[in-house]
Amino acid sequence: MSEYNFAYLDEQTKRMIRRAILKGLAVPGYQVPFASREMPMPYGWGTGGVQVSAATLTPEDTFKVIDQGADDTTNAVSIRKFFENTAGVSTTEETEKATVIQTRHRIPEAKLREDQIIVYQVPIPEPLRFLEPRETETRKMHSLEEYGLMHVKLYEDISQHGAISTAYAYPVKVSGRYVMDPSPIPKFDNPKLEMDAIQLFGAGREQRIYAVPPHTKVVSLDFEDYPFEATKANHLCDLCGAEDSYLDEVIMDDAGNRMFVCSDTDYCRSRRETGHVGRLAEENAA
Amino acid sequence: MYVAVKGGEKAIENAHTWLAEERRGATDVAELSLAQIREQLSLAVNRVMAEGSLFDPNLAALAIKQARGDLIEAIFLVRAYRTTLPRFGYSNPVETSEMACDRRISATFKDAPGGQVLGPTFDYTHRLLDFKLAADGEAPKAPEGTARQEPTPHITEFLKGEDIIQDEPASDDTPGDLTREPMEFPSNRPLRLQSLTRGDEGFVLGMAYSTQRGYARNHAFVGELRIGKVAVEMEIPELGFAIDIGEVELTECETVNQFTGSKTEPPQFTRGYGLVFGQSERKSIAMALVDRALRWEELGEDNLGAPAQDEEFVLSHADNIQATGFLEHIKLPHYVDFQSELELVRKLRREAEERITPKEAAE
Repeated sequence: MSEYNFAYLDEQTKRMIRRAILKGLAVPGYQVPFASREMPMPYGWGTGGVQVSAATLTPEDTFKVIDQGADDTTNAVSIRKFFENTAGVSTTEETEKATVIQTRHRIPEAKLREDQIIVYQVPIPEPLRFLEPRETETRKMHSLEEYGLMHVKLYEDISQHGAISTAYAYPVKVSGRYVMDPSPIPKFDNPKLEMDAIQLFGAGREQRIYAVPPHTKVVSLDFEDYPFEATKANHLCDLCGAEDSYLDEVIMDDAGNRMFVCSDTDYCRSRRETGHVGRLAEENAA
Repeated sequence: MYVAVKGGEKAIENAHTWLAEERRGATDVAELSLAQIREQLSLAVNRVMAEGSLFDPNLAALAIKQARGDLIEAIFLVRAYRTTLPRFGYSNPVETSEMACDRRISATFKDAPGGQVLGPTFDYTHRLLDFKLAADGEAPKAPEGTARQEPTPHITEFLKGEDIIQDEPASDDTPGDLTREPMEFPSNRPLRLQSLTRGDEGFVLGMAYSTQRGYARNHAFVGELRIGKVAVEMEIPELGFAIDIGEVELTECETVNQFTGSKTEPPQFTRGYGLVFGQSERKSIAMALVDRALRWEELGEDNLGAPAQDEEFVLSHADNIQATGFLEHIKLPHYVDFQSELELVRKLRREAEERITPKEAAE
């Protein structure tokens, strides 16, 4: 694919995106408008993340792509292939070895380091969108720091269901200022949003980039008497026995038997390699 | 027994091979050539050029072939290609008053300089399946007249003379470019028109139709509809003057709409404008109606709360590449988010049952 520039986008476009990224880092949680390009994959497949990755990658980088925590989901495979072809960067499935990680819907279980960048694919960057559909209104609300509507929503959840009924894309407040959508990660991942790595968020269709610099305070919205709770399925991983990882639920047979496995495939693999064994591990190996 | 979902790469590769096979169809049927698509499916080609925002009939034909006739997919292919092209510069505005018209009609005047020219239109065909075409697609030669040499003036120019139609003041401001700058609201008319001309034909049609049915009705007459070729000129800095770099086929629609006026200002007709690549009649009329509806503020009309008056609503949802991408992405894996909801709903149900059960026991 030598007819395309390194990482597909032309240098002008990458510069424009880098400016947006730098602005995003300077104003944590603020959604920076950028002139998103039409990418050769559909909107909704991660075009925002792909553009941010394209503007971030250098030839020396090692790139990892996960979707639902896994390296081998079809769209992760497809995006990894895209950058192998257009940027020729080396790729890895090991979180540890990656310098840039593009993700959809998960944060890896392993703690990320200062020399790593994680790029999130974002469908709807506006945390207030489903409370107020108009961009003109929500931008005003952000600039006035008017987040009452969000608290009312959380309160209504509690009065109707007895708990805050948001399970993913759980809103956070960044650096005490902007309310931000952490992308549709499960709320289990929210505590990890305070990390050592640089976090970049790209929304292609909605033309927004935002960022959380390392060591930035990220607070999941809650109430004193209804504190935020990072939840997961109350099971151990059936392959590696992990009790601290987010689990996928898999239906195994017609009788509806379930098994639970780590959603982070690299985490699960590395645990099994170091001898951890889950309930169904042997059966699986057989 | 759980088998991890592995082998995504192989699956993708096989899917692509199968897709290519399906595209080709039965191999005992002759393969479509790009020239056949370009010449015989020209209205599909036109739509792909219009919504793909790239005037190139051969590339549009290729896209249609590759997309197996799915026009939105073809538009997407053209858009993704277009975005990689370097910008050498910008042409001068095209002069539609100089258009070599194949078709030019006015619904507001029985006759006007330049005449009513029906051109190649479906308008008065009877929609009867022509079974003869199934066997033999040859067409008789249409009689030819002498082409009009002088330019065909715009109908609205005649109304302007009387000051009876709203003036559109000329401007040399460089309009924004929605493919290079993020769309922000409130927008402006050049950006609205750009968005509408590349907007989904079905969406723009539906919006326009809603105005006709009373959601911000603006009572449009087709003042003029013209289809034909215009020259594209570009200033070449090294030369210091503009030269012809090619020609494009366009459909232009100018509507004459209900008048406004007040005690201090005499009543005047208002306008809507549609301009679309190729022969795209339905789209350009629809565009003009929606353009007119979106001008409510500038014309001092009331916001009736109609969808077609709502700039943010119309422009945010007109693009079929954005729409289809986001719509279809919900078929991608979402099992992490679904799992989190599953756990939450199970928990809420457990808690609800605990609340309900002791009450029942007491009764």
